[in-house]
Amino acid sequence: MTSIERDRVIISSPAPTYEIEIEAPSPRMIMRRRALTHPGFLFGATVVLATVIIALCAPLLTPYDPYAQDLSQRLIPPVLAAKGSWAHLLGTDAMGRDYLTRLMYGARISLTIGFGAAALAGIIGTSLGLIGGYFGGWVDSVVMYCVNVKLALPGILVALSLIEVFGGSVFSVTLILGVLFWDRFIVVTRSVTQQTRVADYVTAAEAVGASRFRIILGEVLPNVLNHIIVIASLEMAVAILVEAALSFLGLGIRPPTPSWGLMISEGRNFMFFQPYLVAVPGIAILVLVVAINMLGDGIRDITAPEGRN
Amino acid sequence: MSRFLIHRALIALLVAITVSIIGFTLLRLSGDLASALAGDTATQEQIAQTAHLYGLDRPLSIQYFDWVWKALHGDLGRSLFTNEPVTYLIGQRIGVTAQLSVMALTFALLIAIPLGVVAATRPNSWIDRFSLGLAVLGQGMPNFWFGLILIIVFGVSLRWLPISGTDHFSNFIMPTITLGTSVMPAIMRLTRTGMLDALDSDYIRTARAKGLSTRSVLFKHALRNAILPVVSLTAVSLGFLLGGSVIVESVFALNGIGFLAFQSILRTDFPVVQSIVVFVSFCYILLTLVSDMINAYLDPRIRLG
Repeated sequence: MTSIERDRVIISSPAPTYEIEIEAPSPRMIMRRRALTHPGFLFGATVVLATVIIALCAPLLTPYDPYAQDLSQRLIPPVLAAKGSWAHLLGTDAMGRDYLTRLMYGARISLTIGFGAAALAGIIGTSLGLIGGYFGGWVDSVVMYCVNVKLALPGILVALSLIEVFGGSVFSVTLILGVLFWDRFIVVTRSVTQQTRVADYVTAAEAVGASRFRIILGEVLPNVLNHIIVIASLEMAVAILVEAALSFLGLGIRPPTPSWGLMISEGRNFMFFQPYLVAVPGIAILVLVVAINMLGDGIRDITAPEGRN
Repeated sequence: MSRFLIHRALIALLVAITVSIIGFTLLRLSGDLASALAGDTATQEQIAQTAHLYGLDRPLSIQYFDWVWKALHGDLGRSLFTNEPVTYLIGQRIGVTAQLSVMALTFALLIAIPLGVVAATRPNSWIDRFSLGLAVLGQGMPNFWFGLILIIVFGVSLRWLPISGTDHFSNFIMPTITLGTSVMPAIMRLTRTGMLDALDSDYIRTARAKGLSTRSVLFKHALRNAILPVVSLTAVSLGFLLGGSVIVESVFALNGIGFLAFQSILRTDFPVVQSIVVFVSFCYILLTLVSDMINAYLDPRIRLG
């Protein structure tokens, strides 16, 4: 039945007879083995890690300043084009700024906003989901009512209005997106909590007199954690996409900050003659978002308790 | 069933009231609407005058009830920018947004449901992998960027399609594909998992054992169960499209309510913005209510329970 029984091997030799127990692989070992054979996870983890390193080390990797304008170097196409130059691998934009440099610094914006918004939404959503799922009754009704209200509001329009009011700094955009995308965390946390709270070990903890606070944090939360990480990766991807869209509309990050969405919006004026200005940042968003989604799906597959053998 | 529906309708009403309060408060958070309206050079006196003129000097709760009372009588106020009634502005543009949303949803369903069904009947086949790849791409692509790429390829390089305007059917092809792609992956994944679950169940084995044809098993038995969550998701998606079309409308210069909302946010035209936010929310609430009714009708467990 379980992997422990299957891995117990009895070796019988003439004399003396002895039993060797091959220890069942620990969950950690199983996860490591699964991770190394999961192509989606490997791809996602590599790309995300590389993007983080590029974002952190941008000043070391490029000799250019992402804000320095040089009008004598305007609109140089990427290196592979006929008029390209090795000095600017991805060319320059309409202000003569090195495009690759802006792309690297832009990764900082996307990652900061994506991570910050997902973390904030995760804290709000998980707390409400735990409370609603554990206490049930009218508390749960109030939590679900909040989810219904949130779902009914048109998210993009509300985000646009709030940014118009509070301004388009990285901090305020992160805060606004974090406050808007907690509904999925609630739904998932709540349903896992409902399943967990009737488990024997929770009943046991209640029987020995553990406080509700301790039970929620010590017994229920660890069960929810894997699900939260998966949702967080999805929401991080969504936040990066929404930030790009808001900045594209001119109501997100303000120029001259190198946000990928803003770069597409600036390149739009030249897209018929210099399509790379639009294509390059869009591909960057696409690759990062796909990688984050694959990483999330991979974590879900790797940490799933089913089929551990 | 009637108890279930009454309960759902009551919640919908409560949610609608809350949404209207949030929509009303949204643009008043900045606190200096009157000075924004009076202009940069206005004196303190002129600001106070403007506040009085628009009723902004009254308590917020009074302003809210006044607004609700008028709204219930079909008066959503006038645009601060063009001085036209908001109902007229929305009425003029809702057609474009509704047409775009319905076309985008139809496009998404026409691709997502057949692909989801076929992918579920042949797990790990090339078509399953293809549809999965399509879903991953559709989910990862910024849809405003996808729109621009379509314009560059089909509008400018190949010159097959017009890049802006609303006069002709062909104007809607690229916006429909762009917007439809944003909701297609979720519908496809849900159809696929729903079909996989259904095909794995006992009643399908029974149906097969009885000797029913594959088509009858797939469409009469499996799809009928798998489609229930898809109906809910479709309603949610339509609500999302009505509010989310703002980006696509601005890429393709379509004059719908999304674009109107965007322009009005830029101009701090709060009667228009709050009306659109509340209007879109109400559409969403109504759509989910209708989808619950359809689900109750399709699913005897809810209908008779």
